[in-house]
Amino acid sequence: MLIANNLTKIYQSGGQPLTVLKEVSLSVEPGGFLAVVGPSGCGKTTLLGLLAGLDVPSSGTVSLDGQDLAKLGEDARARLRGEKVGFIFQTFQLIPTLTAQENVQVPIELAHSRTGAQGRDGASARALELLARVGLAGREHHYPAQLSGGEQQRVAIARAFANDPRILFADEPTGNLDAATGARVIELLVELNRELGTTLILVTHDADLAARARTTLHLRDGAVVPDGTAA
Amino acid sequence: MRRLRFILTLAWRESRASRRRLLLFASAISLGVGALVAIGSFTANLERGIRAQARELLGADLELSSGRPLSRRIEGILDSLVRTGARVTRRTTFQSMAYIRRTEGTRLVDVRAVGPGFPFYGEAITSPAGRWRGLDSTRIAIVDTSLLVALGARIGDTLVIGSAEFPIAAVVSEVPGHVTGGMNAFGSQVYIPARDVPATRLIVFGSRVRHAALVKFDDPRDARRLKAKARAIFTRERVSSQTADDTQRELTGVLDSLSTFLQFVGLIALLLGGIGVASGIGAFVAGKIDTVAVLRCLGASRPLVFAVYLTQAAALGLIAATAGAALGVATQLLLPRLLADVVPANVHFALEPGVVLGGIGLGVAVAVLFALRPLLEVRLISPLQALRRAYEIVPARARDPWRLAALGAVAIGVLGLCMSRNEIPQVGLGFAIAIGLAVGILSLAARGAVALARRVTRAPRFRARWPYVARQGLANLHRPRNQTRSVVIALGFGVGLLAMMYLVEANLMSFVRTSTGSVHGRPNLVFIDIQRDQEDGVQTAVLGAGPVIQIVPMIPMTITAVNGRTRDELLRENAATAPRRWTLFREYRSTFRDSTVSSETVVGGAWWHGRGEAAEGRPYPVSLSTELAADLRVKVGDAITWSVAGVPLETRVVALRDVDWARFETNFFAVFSTAALERAPRTSVLLTRVDDAGARARLQRAVSERFPNVTSFDVALIQRTLEAILDRVALAIRFMAILSLGTGALVLLGAVAAGRLERIREGALLKALGATRRQIERILLTEYVALGALAALVGIGLSMGGGWAFTHYVLELPFTVPAPALLLTFGVTALLVAVVGMTASREVFRRTAMEVLRDV
Repeated sequence: MLIANNLTKIYQSGGQPLTVLKEVSLSVEPGGFLAVVGPSGCGKTTLLGLLAGLDVPSSGTVSLDGQDLAKLGEDARARLRGEKVGFIFQTFQLIPTLTAQENVQVPIELAHSRTGAQGRDGASARALELLARVGLAGREHHYPAQLSGGEQQRVAIARAFANDPRILFADEPTGNLDAATGARVIELLVELNRELGTTLILVTHDADLAARARTTLHLRDGAVVPDGTAA
Repeated sequence: MRRLRFILTLAWRESRASRRRLLLFASAISLGVGALVAIGSFTANLERGIRAQARELLGADLELSSGRPLSRRIEGILDSLVRTGARVTRRTTFQSMAYIRRTEGTRLVDVRAVGPGFPFYGEAITSPAGRWRGLDSTRIAIVDTSLLVALGARIGDTLVIGSAEFPIAAVVSEVPGHVTGGMNAFGSQVYIPARDVPATRLIVFGSRVRHAALVKFDDPRDARRLKAKARAIFTRERVSSQTADDTQRELTGVLDSLSTFLQFVGLIALLLGGIGVASGIGAFVAGKIDTVAVLRCLGASRPLVFAVYLTQAAALGLIAATAGAALGVATQLLLPRLLADVVPANVHFALEPGVVLGGIGLGVAVAVLFALRPLLEVRLISPLQALRRAYEIVPARARDPWRLAALGAVAIGVLGLCMSRNEIPQVGLGFAIAIGLAVGILSLAARGAVALARRVTRAPRFRARWPYVARQGLANLHRPRNQTRSVVIALGFGVGLLAMMYLVEANLMSFVRTSTGSVHGRPNLVFIDIQRDQEDGVQTAVLGAGPVIQIVPMIPMTITAVNGRTRDELLRENAATAPRRWTLFREYRSTFRDSTVSSETVVGGAWWHGRGEAAEGRPYPVSLSTELAADLRVKVGDAITWSVAGVPLETRVVALRDVDWARFETNFFAVFSTAALERAPRTSVLLTRVDDAGARARLQRAVSERFPNVTSFDVALIQRTLEAILDRVALAIRFMAILSLGTGALVLLGAVAAGRLERIREGALLKALGATRRQIERILLTEYVALGALAALVGIGLSMGGGWAFTHYVLELPFTVPAPALLLTFGVTALLVAVVGMTASREVFRRTAMEVLRDV
């Protein structure tokens, strides 16, 4: 499903090259659940960005569902994400001017407006179904500011599943939530992963959370640390 | 002192990351300051010029002039002046047809026949140089360049005026005693020697001639003394007197009104900039929550934090205002060149430090005043927010006394600014109220437009039908920290001012065109001063080219008594009951006829029957216009005694008429019965229509050759002249409108900059969710087009209101809306905003989707 080979990312920082990721390789099977863990600044987020095609590596390759991301332009990568990828962010990233339902509809409608397909009713029904699935039935007309942090993250989860993604990237999804809410959010993710067979890539520095994944990748200073030696 | 230094240091360091953005917010005031500095400095330069040149402008210390030859009494005074050492010369001014033998070109000109020694002050500049003094000894003409152009003539050609011929010796570019350009632009000027006037044989009965005597005293102050001493005599002898001081006062008076108006618009532009500053600072503060919370955690007090940000606002205001002032001085350098034709005196550029410093001070004051309220929000940021992030500031209580105080400070500040810029307190107060109203209406309109956009985007039907990109674009108008309202206000004002200018001009011009005969069937050629024995001849000449639409006799007369009381008695009555002065001193040109015409309606009394005969010793019937009756304080049944060529004529008012003066026809204050005036000495006016311009010119020439004293007006030419004058006035106002639009554009740029982070974050999110560049482009495009459309809507709405009010109440003309032009304005505004907005949003596309994972 997802194969990365020797990913290296070098940023220019104050005129000096700064290597944030060093020859990271990994592979995840369809339906798999990978947790990327490591301390702050170890390159977790950078890795996630490269795997999802949000950014391009300085060297190395990423193959997502059989497609080499290096061969795709920015728009083609966006299209690929729109079709096959879902995202969950630490800061929820809901669009404040849209209601819960509209936020969930965004990926579907972006796809529709790309292909010129009709069927907004379908989008609407799908959004309501997903909101019900994350326990937000009846809150569809609320704006993000009217929802609690946990509710906002659940809207984000519903949005992440809106386009039936083959793979889901989650960046510290519980980072801004209290423990109890965070636990419920994780339950939901794991459940969906199990039911729908969606591949799940989770970035976290929470060891308990990582323990629930089938595979774990430890990063330190931009490089993979062999299992068991991570602090 | 140490505390102040600390505040300054902290303000400087804290501004590092956002200086460019803050400068952009502040730059909204630059154009306003620039306008005020440019207008203020230019006016100051010009007034200095007028003060220095007042005597040169008049050409003498004192000018006595009258519509009739100066009386013996006045000549006596002039003689006595000469005996005491003063010098006197003459100038006779009248209009006439002039033509060039060689090219056969004909044109109506202002003839100025000047005596030896004219002008006493200043210099007439001719080309070839030095030909002016030739007027003292030879029969020559010195003319305007415009005359040569119009008639296809050159120096050396022979100019025919009446029965005399004058070789053109030079063209003149500057003559004292004649304020060039502007409103005097109807005819070209021709200067001839005063002693050659009789040879033209043009001064005949009914001619409109202005006779002037110009005096130079040994001590120029004698002019004012004489004027004060002899005022009563001058009034009685119907002589108007003008000293150099009067000229200066009149010119600076006109200038002051124009400058005051332009400064008023400049002030509004500045305040719009202030609103831009306020909204920019508001968005800026919202982005500073973390910093402020951390500062507070580290022990900074609320006043300290407030002082730090206020210092930043003041410093940026100073930079923006200084840049604006520099821009103003640069504009001041250009203005004399742009306005060379309109300006009455030579303007020498001088830096006006007072005006420049005043402008900078004003800019800083506006920046600080408008920054106060949004900056107060920093007080509400709790140190706790450094630990637990909240995304919005806790809203303040509506009656927060500090916030009210800040609003009060803005109100008092604006009032203070207006009062300080006007010598008369009432005018300043009026300004402040007008500005408050203008900004208030704009603000309300903008609020309404934004609310409308919000309702539309939230309507279920809209959500169901519109594509996602369009909905998202519109929804962006009310994203958090949006500045939609201030952009709509600032842009709306600029668009509104431009559109209103256009509307008023379009309505005025369409009126001028209809009333000056562009419309088929209306007269477009007028012959005046036709003597009685020339009537048949002129009619015959005209009939060869077009119809005689109207031939109307005109008899000059004055009023000598009303209801048996003489003019002097009437003048001594108290102001409430006495007739208005103009009614007793003017020369009336009246006519006689048996019935009314289409441009008038009888609204009081009744018209007479037939020729309106009167029995021996009984008064003749007369009809007055309602305006004259009101100002003369007479009603139906009152008696008026007129003097017609020195013969008294007793009349009784029998009918009052409502006259549509706007129609380009011959209308009269007083209409007499045929029996009353048919034997009186008269001239006639003949109206005709000749569609072909060439045929019109040929007819004018033919009549002018046969009847030199008959003057003709080509109405199309008048129309063009009117258009040219309007254009010049419009230029100044349009300049200000474009400036306001520029301020609007700066506010827009500031708004885009303020929302920069939100836009980048949102763009990255959408990219992560699968949006292509094209889709994001469309979202932003929708947002900016909608913003432009809202601003245009508000602006055009205002312009229609303002344009209607001005056309209806001030010009008293019918108001029509030229829809295509307004639609074009609408489209262009939306396009302009879209281009500016998209250009300013390039960063959204430059950043990768990675930003969504970073906590920007």
